[in-house]
Amino acid sequence: MEKTVNQKAWFLVLPVLILVAFSAVIPLMTVVNYSVQDTFGNNQFFWAGLEWFDDMLSSERMWDALARQAAFSAIILAIEIPLGIFVALNMPKKGFWASLCLVLMSLPLLIPWNVVGTIWQIFGRVDIGLLGYTLDKIGISYNYTQDITAAWITVIVMDVWHWTSLVALLAYAGLQSIPDAYYQAAKIDQASRWAVFRYIELPKMAGVLMIAILLRFMDSFMIYTEPFVVTGGGPGNATTFLSIDLVKMALGQFDLGPAAAFSIMYFLVILLISWVFYTVMVNLDKREG
Amino acid sequence: MRINGKAIVMGLYLLFLMLPIYWLINMSLKTNDEILGVFSLWPQNLTFANYATILTDSSWYMGYVNSIIYVTMNTVLSITVALPAAYAFSRYSFMGDKHLFFWLLTNRMAPPAVFALPFFQLYSSVGLFDTHIAVALAHTLFNVPLAVWILEGFMRGVPREIDETAYIDGYSFGRFFIKIFMPLIASGIGVAAFFCFMFSWVELLLSRTLTSVDAKPIAATMTRTVSASGLDWGVLAAAGVLTIVPGALVIYFVRNYIAKGFALGRV
Repeated sequence: MEKTVNQKAWFLVLPVLILVAFSAVIPLMTVVNYSVQDTFGNNQFFWAGLEWFDDMLSSERMWDALARQAAFSAIILAIEIPLGIFVALNMPKKGFWASLCLVLMSLPLLIPWNVVGTIWQIFGRVDIGLLGYTLDKIGISYNYTQDITAAWITVIVMDVWHWTSLVALLAYAGLQSIPDAYYQAAKIDQASRWAVFRYIELPKMAGVLMIAILLRFMDSFMIYTEPFVVTGGGPGNATTFLSIDLVKMALGQFDLGPAAAFSIMYFLVILLISWVFYTVMVNLDKREG
Repeated sequence: MRINGKAIVMGLYLLFLMLPIYWLINMSLKTNDEILGVFSLWPQNLTFANYATILTDSSWYMGYVNSIIYVTMNTVLSITVALPAAYAFSRYSFMGDKHLFFWLLTNRMAPPAVFALPFFQLYSSVGLFDTHIAVALAHTLFNVPLAVWILEGFMRGVPREIDETAYIDGYSFGRFFIKIFMPLIASGIGVAAFFCFMFSWVELLLSRTLTSVDAKPIAATMTRTVSASGLDWGVLAAAGVLTIVPGALVIYFVRNYIAKGFALGRV
C-alpha cells in the first residue's frame, strides 16, 4: 500500500516528540554534559574534555563488568534461542491445550522483575527453598550467596525461566503462519524431520527469530533488577553486570563524571549492536514482503 | 508415540515454569515458624495471616495503590500521545518518518540505569520528585515507543477507503478519528494499553529512584523488607503473589497477543 506524502502529518507526531524529548533527550543531554566536566561540589563545573572517557576506558572495573555482561548475554542467548524453538515445535497447534500452554507460558513474562528475583531467591535457599533444599539433600553443595559458580547458575537459570517463553511464543507465531500445503509437499517428497525443520520451518521463522534475538540481547544487556535482588551483584563482584555497576557508581557514590562517560559508552554499544540486528530484520522483512 | 513425546516435553517445561511460582504461593500460605521450622511441600497449617497483614497495614497496601496510580497515569498518557502518531506513521509518509520510527525504538533500547541519575536530577529540579506523575513520565521512555509500534501494526490492517469515505461524507479529522476509527481498532488499543500497563508495572529501577515516601511503589516496598534484618518470609511471599495478580487476571484475554506486544507489534 503506497502511503500519501503529507508533511502535515508531523503535527500528529508532535505530541510524541515533545514527550519523548522531555523524557529522553533532556536527560541524555545532562549525561553528555556531565561526561565532559569535572566538579568540586557547590555546583561548580570545569571542562574536563575526554578525561573521563580515558579514565573509564583504562579502568579494569568497567572492562570486567563488560566481560561479565557479554558472557551473560552470550550464555542466555545460546540457551534460550534453541530451547525456545524446541519448545515451540512441541507446542500443541490448536484447541484447549494450546490455550493452556499459552496462558501458563506467558505467566513468567508478566511477573514484576523484582518478584522474579524474590521467587528465585526463596526457591534457591538451602533452608527454605525447594530447589536449594533438594540439591542439598542429594548431596550437591549449592549456595548462591557464597559460591561464584552457584550464583552464576542461579542467575542464568532464572533468566531462562523468565524469558525462554518469549522466544517460544515468537517462534510459535512464526510456525503458525506456515501453510499446511508446505508440510504436505514435504511429506510427498519424503523429507526427513530434520529437512522439514531446516528448509521449511527455520526459514519461515527467520524473521521472528531475529526479533527474539534482538529483544533478548537488548534486555539481557541491560538486566538490573533480577540479579540485584538475588545476589546483589555478589559474591564479591561476580554477578555485577553493567547496569548494576553503573547504578552503584552513579547513585551510590555519585561519581557523576565517570558514571556519565560509562553511560554514554554503554548506550552506544547497545545502540550499535541493536542497529545491526534491526537492519538485518528490516532486510528480512523486505525479502519476504 | 510422537504426540506423547511432545506432551512430555511440554509437561516438563511447564513444570519447570510453575514450580517456583507454586513455591511462592505455598510459602505465602504458611506461618513464619512453619517456613523456617518444617520443610513441607504444602502448608500444614493453612493461614491467610500474611495476606491480612498486607491488606491492613497502610505502609504495605499504599505500595499497591501508588503503583496502580502511576501505572494508570502512564498508560493513559502513552496511549493518548501514541494514537495520532501511530495514525500518521500508518497513513502518511513525511520527511524523516523512517528515522523517527527507528529513533523511537532506540528509546526502548536505552538501559534504564543510564537514565536513573538524570531523571532523578531532572524531576528533583522541577519539584516533581516523589510524585506519581514523575514515575509516569519516566516510564513513557519505553512505553510510548511500544504503544506507537503496536498501534501502527493494528492501524495498517484498517483499509484506507474507510478514511476516504468518511472525509467525503464531511467528517472532520477529529470526529472521524474518535467516532469511527478508534472503535475499529478497539482491540489494538486494548492490547497496547495492556502492555503499557504491564511494562510500567514490572519496572523497578526508575520507579524506586524517583520516589521516597509518598509515591513509593510496591516493588520498592518489597526490596526494603528484603534488606531489613529478621525477614518476614511469609509476608514477602504474599506481597509477591499479589503483584502477579494483575497479569494473571487478564492473561487469558491477551494470550494471542503476548508475542505481538513483546515484539513491539512486529509479529
